Amino acid sequence: MPSKPISIKDFPKDEFMVKGHTACPGCGMAIAVRQALKILGKNTVLAIPAGCIAGGSTTGPFPLSGFALPTVYCSFDETAAFLAGIETALKVKGLKEKFNVVGIAGDGGTADIGLQCLSGAVERGHKIIYICYDNEAYMNTGIQRSGTTPYGAWTTTTPVGSLRMFKQEPKKDMPQIMIAHKIPYVATASPAFPSDLAGKIKRAMEIGGPAYIHIHTPCPTGWRFPPEKTIEVARLAVLSGMWILYEVENGVFKLNVKISKRKPVKEYLSIQGRFRHLTAEDLEKIQKEVDENCKRVGM
Amino acid sequence: METEKLTFTGNESAALGAKLARVEVVATYPITPQSTIVENLSRFIANGELKAEIINAESEHAAISICIGASLSGARTFTATASQGLVLMHEMLHWAAGARTPIVMAVTNRALCVPWSLHADFQDAISQRDTGWIQFYCENNQEVLDTIIQAYKISEDKRVLLPSMVSLEGFILTHTVERVDVPKQKDVDEFLPPYKNEFFYIDPENPLAENVVVLPDWYMEYRYQQEVAMQNAKEVIDKVSKEYFDKIGRNWGGLIEAYMMEDAEVAVVTMGTIAGTARVAVREMRKKSGKKVGLIKVRCFRPFPVEEFKKFSSLKALAVIDRSYSFGCGGPLCTEVKSAFYNTEEKPLILGVVAGLGGRDVNVGDIINVLEKTIEVSKTGKVERETIWLNLKGEQLR
Repeated sequence: MPSKPISIKDFPKDEFMVKGHTACPGCGMAIAVRQALKILGKNTVLAIPAGCIAGGSTTGPFPLSGFALPTVYCSFDETAAFLAGIETALKVKGLKEKFNVVGIAGDGGTADIGLQCLSGAVERGHKIIYICYDNEAYMNTGIQRSGTTPYGAWTTTTPVGSLRMFKQEPKKDMPQIMIAHKIPYVATASPAFPSDLAGKIKRAMEIGGPAYIHIHTPCPTGWRFPPEKTIEVARLAVLSGMWILYEVENGVFKLNVKISKRKPVKEYLSIQGRFRHLTAEDLEKIQKEVDENCKRVGM
Repeated sequence: METEKLTFTGNESAALGAKLARVEVVATYPITPQSTIVENLSRFIANGELKAEIINAESEHAAISICIGASLSGARTFTATASQGLVLMHEMLHWAAGARTPIVMAVTNRALCVPWSLHADFQDAISQRDTGWIQFYCENNQEVLDTIIQAYKISEDKRVLLPSMVSLEGFILTHTVERVDVPKQKDVDEFLPPYKNEFFYIDPENPLAENVVVLPDWYMEYRYQQEVAMQNAKEVIDKVSKEYFDKIGRNWGGLIEAYMMEDAEVAVVTMGTIAGTARVAVREMRKKSGKKVGLIKVRCFRPFPVEEFKKFSSLKALAVIDRSYSFGCGGPLCTEVKSAFYNTEEKPLILGVVAGLGGRDVNVGDIINVLEKTIEVSKTGKVERETIWLNLKGEQLR
């Protein structure tokens, strides 16, 4: 049964990401996490590793905390293992049915350093919901390349120099890695499509887990665009086919947002400073790949 | 006291200790010589003898992380590992202690690479000295079983709330069958009540944030609380040892055990199974030659029994036998023993001995030789070489 979008006017009024976070202005992660937590609601336990969500925005410092939910801040590399431990303890105590056990980690914490434990935890079938906010680099430590940094992007560790230029490798496809684990639910989402995002969180909660939701969260600081353009950038990623919104429930693929007339990728890339060095040839290469990806999903 | 007298390997004893402690969540990863602990626990759970959840983690690093998550969520938690697995856990050992999770872990001590080795050596556990864990080292399988049960009571005491490691040497204990008296579950239940943490809980009505970022204005205070807990643990360990004796009928001493030390002039200090061998050596020397020798067995390496050692400041000489080494310095136990005496007015001369690395046998004759050397040191008043590597092939550095 596919997810059903939730209209924004039906979003709960409750806020679990409380006011006053210290994330950068226009942070895509902060917008997406706020949306997700509204749907997850009060009976949610969070595990939060290092990354923008912890280091930059919500963990305090002591005696402050940014979430109005029971929250365990965990090590960078073991989010899913902490979730497995929390879930198992709640199961032993007969409390699991009451709680959503949810991890929220960045792309570095998910696709790179935390990949082994995520793979282990979902393979063991723990009833957990794992949300990856993907800002396509190690933003909290200062815009270093990660496995999900896309081809062509400037980062501080893939600088544009005279001998070596930008990231040469393609973006690691995390949702496909999760699909290969044959878990009950995998979805992609975007803060520019909050109804779709909310519906997917809801579906993950109904299924219980293991569920994996990968949210594309533009980063004004690292992607080099003005903070008021976050949603515009996120929307252009989807409208250009650079980020495809889909879900796979028990092996059944569904394209959730079908773009009938895709915008050229140039529109998405050219409003970001991290791609400003790309030549017409580079753009053509990226456009070709995106065309192929879209064709594969019938778009 | 009703007990059941049976024979078990060290690993079976460790698993039985965890079972009697009614652990609720177990997370482990296989490694020689630990694996049979988790195999036994898996069997107990599969047969319904133990009501618990067991998680077969994808690495030791994940296993200990799962334990931290489970412990923070209120479950009594157990894990076991050795060697490379323990050093892989290193990052999370700091986490477990800092997060004040009363996890108990059996460490089936095995030498570290390189070179590869499967055999007994304390380098794995000793390398975790500064992670903030309580560390016990066991002499025999009975002590393994008893110490695991005691460790839960110590770790879960609200004045302590620190994780504990219980060390048993690879193969020498893990795979060796000894007689073990198994206490009755009812007696253990009376000794060890169910785990309840009043500081950490998961409650949506009163949400807590655990392990938050702390800036320089409070970080030191957090760390000092860990030291207070370690110091409190000294008293709690003594108290728990006595309570265990009252309930179950055995007392292994608190932080140390002094054997034939009443009139001793020189002594050997060591940990683990070498203490068992030293016990025989001391007895034989006293019987054969009447020499006033004794044994100080260090049962608990962290917190370190500084005050207990100070009581022996009038001894003439000590030999400290280490089954591990701090390169460029000396035996880690020896270094600690020396520092315990630094501020005492009188102090024994101290001879460092490194022995049994990578599972090399240390026999009664070896300990007698060490004690003879120590007597010589007490007579000459000189330690010619700070550290001797016992039975080393080839020449030793001066």
